[in-house]
Amino acid sequence: MKLAADTWLVFQRYFSIFIRNPAWVVVGIVQPALYLLLFAPLLKSVAGLSGFPPGGAYNVFVPGLLVQLGLFGASGVGFNLIAELREGVVERLRVTPVSRLALLLGKALRDTLTILIQSAILIALAFPFGLKLQPLGLVVVLGLVGLIGLLFASISYWVALVLRDENSFAPVIFTAALPLLLLSGVLLPMSLAPSWLQTLSTINPLSHAVTAARALFLGHVATADVAQGVAIVAVLAVLAVAGAARAFGRAIA
Amino acid sequence: MANEVAAIATSELRRTFKGRRGVLEAVAGIDLEVHHGEIFGFLGPNGAGKTTTLRMLATLLPPTSGEAQVAGEDLLRHPERVRRKIGYVGQVGGASPDVTGRSELVFEARLYGADPATARARAEELITALDLEVCADRKVKTYSGGQRRRLDMGIGLVHRPELLFLDEPTTGLDPQSRARMWEEVTRLREAGTTVFLTTHYLEEADALCDRLAIIDHGRIVARGTPDQLKREVAGDVITFSVRGEVAAALELVRPQPWVKEASADGEMVRLYVDRGETAAPNLLRLLDSQGLELLTLSLSRPSLDDVFLRQTGRSLRETGPAA
Repeated sequence: MKLAADTWLVFQRYFSIFIRNPAWVVVGIVQPALYLLLFAPLLKSVAGLSGFPPGGAYNVFVPGLLVQLGLFGASGVGFNLIAELREGVVERLRVTPVSRLALLLGKALRDTLTILIQSAILIALAFPFGLKLQPLGLVVVLGLVGLIGLLFASISYWVALVLRDENSFAPVIFTAALPLLLLSGVLLPMSLAPSWLQTLSTINPLSHAVTAARALFLGHVATADVAQGVAIVAVLAVLAVAGAARAFGRAIA
Repeated sequence: MANEVAAIATSELRRTFKGRRGVLEAVAGIDLEVHHGEIFGFLGPNGAGKTTTLRMLATLLPPTSGEAQVAGEDLLRHPERVRRKIGYVGQVGGASPDVTGRSELVFEARLYGADPATARARAEELITALDLEVCADRKVKTYSGGQRRRLDMGIGLVHRPELLFLDEPTTGLDPQSRARMWEEVTRLREAGTTVFLTTHYLEEADALCDRLAIIDHGRIVARGTPDQLKREVAGDVITFSVRGEVAAALELVRPQPWVKEASADGEMVRLYVDRGETAAPNLLRLLDSQGLELLTLSLSRPSLDDVFLRQTGRSLRETGPAA
């Protein structure tokens, strides 16, 4: 119970800092919105090719876009932790009896919530283009995107606690995130890829998440694809949270 | 070593860091006893191991070896119990620039388990006590250096700790704000709080601390009350310079019976003598008889810097201010 109370306290603090500057919600959604407006139309002509998944261009593209939002929206959160390390905030919190797991979870859940708000906006923006989605599918998709956000926010904090320097943090994070994105079939479905690339993409956990999200948008909730995608992301999220929380306990500022 | 009356007792506390150039021994086995209700100072140059020791005692950094009792609890076995009883104010503070001082105080109180109403009341109390009314509802980034430091201290005091760690509490402050901080620290002692602080300011150690330890290269080189330490140097200090060779002047004065100790410090020669009033005329006659022209001469009571110099061979003033 102390963990829940501590997490709630830390979450509230960081959410209140965040909410005072709601512009960030908008800034974070500009990129995915541009993809939606300026890139997705290209897919319409490709959607007819054999091997393109069913559901039409937007029902194939938007689920991937949400996964991308989870990945890129959360990967950068470590930047502000590095600033906090420098400001002594982390050290000050570590000297209190607050649980180290709560320090991580409170922050990462704030980031997760941000991503969920952005996801909801993005889905709303996509409806006029002909996106279709069942309510149950929507709920599970948001849960999946939330887990992806939690996973990458935790990894981002973990890396920030280890590197503790923006100049090394930025290249490490973004160099690692790009192949994850390219091999996930977000931009173009992996079913169009040569077989070696397809094989490579199966080791990428995000490609399973994308597959699950596409199934959910088609209303196929109780399927093996969905179970697999959610399970993979959930297990990784638990590992990342545990690792990052441990790093919080050891942080040497 | 488990002394019940001590606020802090350490035994052979050690910390090493692995770096690219091998193992660095930041703290090389420190035995320390801090009494309840005193202001204890750790005086030393940058890199002496002051902050590392402080961070170990405040549960932020695990010791490589050794033991410690902090606020009556075993540091290694029960760090979480230690955390409930201590406050810690780091060198850079710890308040977020983008929130108000008041909300930081309330949040901190809540972290120690206070309910919202109690937390707000406690924050108000500290705002009044530390004279932060004018800035309490502004963002921390607008604070002056002194306001910022007082807020940091308030954050460390929210849960009324019996022991407060202050890491370089006045570094970078103007003289007025520094005097104000000293006042606050003294007031803590009056309220019964034990204070453990680090400083590289001699004046601060001298004016503020009941007892202190001088630390250099991870070791305690001297300890005691400021007066005791100064008495150890004994007598007075004469510093002079001559036209010509320092070495020659040093060789000349060293064997004199009224000179207890002599050393060269750059262009200056430093003498420790029993009585400065009689030694000075002796020195003048001696230099005159050898045809050495005296350029400057000063006579002083020993300071903590002389203590430091005697123990380490370096002047603390020359080690420069903190980065």
